[in-house]
Amino acid sequence: MDTEILARIQFAFTIAFHYIYPPLSIGLGLILVIMEGMYLRTGEKMYEQMTRFWIKIFALIFGIGVATGIVMEFEFGTNWATYSKYVGDIFGSALAAEGIFAFALESGFLGVLLFGWNRVGPKVHFFSTVMVWLGSMFSAVWIVVANSWQQTPAGYHIVGEGLKARAEITDFWAMVFNPSSVDRLSHVWIGSFLAGAFFVMSVNAWYILKNRHLAIAKPAFKIALVVAVISSLAQLFTGHSSAGGVAKNQPAKLAALEGHYDSLAVADMYLLGWVDQKTQKVTGIGIPGGLTFLLHQDFKTPVRGLKSFREEDRPRQVNAVFQFYHIMVAIGMALIGLSLLGAWFWRSGRLFEKRWLMQVFVWAVLLPQIANQAGWFAAEMGRQPWVVYGLLRTSDAFSRTVTANQILFSLALFTLVYVVLLVLFLYLLTRKIQHGPEDGTHHIEDNEAFSRRENPLMRNTPKP
Amino acid sequence: MFFGIEYSTWWFLVFGAVITGYAILDGFDLGAGALHLFLKKEESRRIALNAIGPVWDGNEVWLVIGGGALFAGFPVAYAAIFSAFYVPFMIFIVGLIYRAVAIEFRSKEPGKIWRASWDFIYFFACTTVTLSLGLMLGNVALGIPLDANHEFAGNWLDFFNPFSILVSITTLALFMMHGAIFLTMKTENRLFAKLTLLAKNFTIFFVIAFVLTSLYTLLYIPHLSDQIRSNPQFFILPIIMVLAVANIPRQLTRGQYLWAFISSAVTIASLLATVAIEVYPFLVFAPNDPANSITIVNAASSEKTMGILLTIALIGTPMVGLYTAFVFWTFKGKVKLDDMSY
Repeated sequence: MDTEILARIQFAFTIAFHYIYPPLSIGLGLILVIMEGMYLRTGEKMYEQMTRFWIKIFALIFGIGVATGIVMEFEFGTNWATYSKYVGDIFGSALAAEGIFAFALESGFLGVLLFGWNRVGPKVHFFSTVMVWLGSMFSAVWIVVANSWQQTPAGYHIVGEGLKARAEITDFWAMVFNPSSVDRLSHVWIGSFLAGAFFVMSVNAWYILKNRHLAIAKPAFKIALVVAVISSLAQLFTGHSSAGGVAKNQPAKLAALEGHYDSLAVADMYLLGWVDQKTQKVTGIGIPGGLTFLLHQDFKTPVRGLKSFREEDRPRQVNAVFQFYHIMVAIGMALIGLSLLGAWFWRSGRLFEKRWLMQVFVWAVLLPQIANQAGWFAAEMGRQPWVVYGLLRTSDAFSRTVTANQILFSLALFTLVYVVLLVLFLYLLTRKIQHGPEDGTHHIEDNEAFSRRENPLMRNTPKP
Repeated sequence: MFFGIEYSTWWFLVFGAVITGYAILDGFDLGAGALHLFLKKEESRRIALNAIGPVWDGNEVWLVIGGGALFAGFPVAYAAIFSAFYVPFMIFIVGLIYRAVAIEFRSKEPGKIWRASWDFIYFFACTTVTLSLGLMLGNVALGIPLDANHEFAGNWLDFFNPFSILVSITTLALFMMHGAIFLTMKTENRLFAKLTLLAKNFTIFFVIAFVLTSLYTLLYIPHLSDQIRSNPQFFILPIIMVLAVANIPRQLTRGQYLWAFISSAVTIASLLATVAIEVYPFLVFAPNDPANSITIVNAASSEKTMGILLTIALIGTPMVGLYTAFVFWTFKGKVKLDDMSY
């Protein structure tokens, strides 16, 4: 395989793995702020136990997020040297701002969040929690700004030619607020809130099903449900606004999202389907003229199709982009439905009696994760063949001096490391969840588990 | 221009300061990790881990800021250095990952084998990270072959040259000394007595490694002392360094552990300042053809970006300083284990 493909696989793999964790940190951070805020307001011990428990989980997630995130910062230099030289003037300043304004904030206060309970007062601790959460939010700001600049470059001019060509800043704020920044940032933030909310609901739904820690699990579930209802509905608006931006700024990407080839035709919107890239046709269930209606509020205006772009200027993996995009949208709709269903049963007071609903919520933790990943894959694969839209091709951007073997070596290394990390993460997460919050109820279960292990007579008896 | 000095020189100073900050701050974390296996008892190991527990993550941020600073200010150098040091850098990164997860995971299970394995991984990761950091620093000081596009034109196996290996070992000795001194501020009783002894031993280790590296440099790579030879006023830096090192055993004997730590921080800072003086104005010197070298001028971002970056640094640095100080102050004094500890 050639260096370009290997470098792309490596980037996709390391960023996708990394992106399991930051949305959870951002979303869980918000929920921690709410939980600890409730503790400060009410002074109830239950909220303190709840906060302490979720901080321990947060620490685990944050730790792996940091460890895998550092890889990303340097991978531009190692694997994408030409790209780094081309965009350093712009991309680098966003990254530097991320380090000093955001990452330093969250990592600095993390120490107080984790170990400061007995060292600082409750208000200072709460302040630290808020700072860690804000740090993670700001992190998203700068990273999404940098990525959005790749999608919709603004506030720059090109200096030099050939291998020496590079983009230089002409207007910092135009670079920061490039046409897609705000839409994409709000979309990423809310996607993260959903990841956090459904994670918290999943764990607490499991406690409710197991009849454990009920005094903590029920209010925690409700806090997360409120976040989920608001976020899933808000995501509809940021998603719609993002799609409008893509139509305006990246028409080839938009056409790929819906598999729309023909320029002269009204564009359909599919609920699900399959793009045949040879015949350039989509088979599936959809709303005829739906995309046209979404963009122009009528059923007549044609939408620019893929055929109107030169072969070398349009994404090659149209079907993959189509599928990722539709998975994201479908999950987004499912999350709205689930959240509203939860809210409905809450209102009628039967939320925690519906065992099937709790079962669904236990597994629903996977949905926002899948949607976040799929959304990014659609966004990044839809941007191809460009690494900076319309300016620099991916095939020109990788490191010339790095050999395929070197990338293969590091890819193997990362695969090995990340598989081990994921297994350990899931193992420790499960253990922590099984242990549960320190509310004075777990000791009996611990003793039971202990005697199960130590006492050969109990080893084969079924669990009660 | 800013106060009569070119932006690119300012940014060279900022980058140097960030790297120095990283070496001083994460230096003691990595050093504490590298000497982890010298501590035998479970409780000692836990205390050592919790001594760095609240701060190591914040310390690692300096590396991220350094990476961002190089990327933004000198993108050409960023691209050349990291694509050239591909293999050692990947090992460095994997080491950092394992350091982080070892700290995080070790305490999560009580089993003896579980903890012993993570102890070893933690020690091994910290040692590897330090050695590869030193190796890359040695090679940057020495220079690496570059082509006309400022891209790496050599073989990565040449990174393992005697000079860089010596620098690498010196870095390890330096961090171990620094880490042991940090831990003396955080420990009590027998563990504390043991660490005081270790700190003295690592100081001797560092002095030996440093003298060998210096001798090798003067004998075989004389051009690395050109700048100081022609600008004798900079000889003050090696003097400060030697005095700072000599002060360490003195302060340890007097029981002034904070002063011993400050001395060891000064050692690191003056050492890196000496390297910076020798390297300036090059970021990467190309021995195969000096015309291909990467300098602070031909690697720099536009004037406009440099101005923005300095603004960011001027706003950001005091803030980072403020809350870093707050965190260190919150956790000052000896380590006490509680229910939230590692």
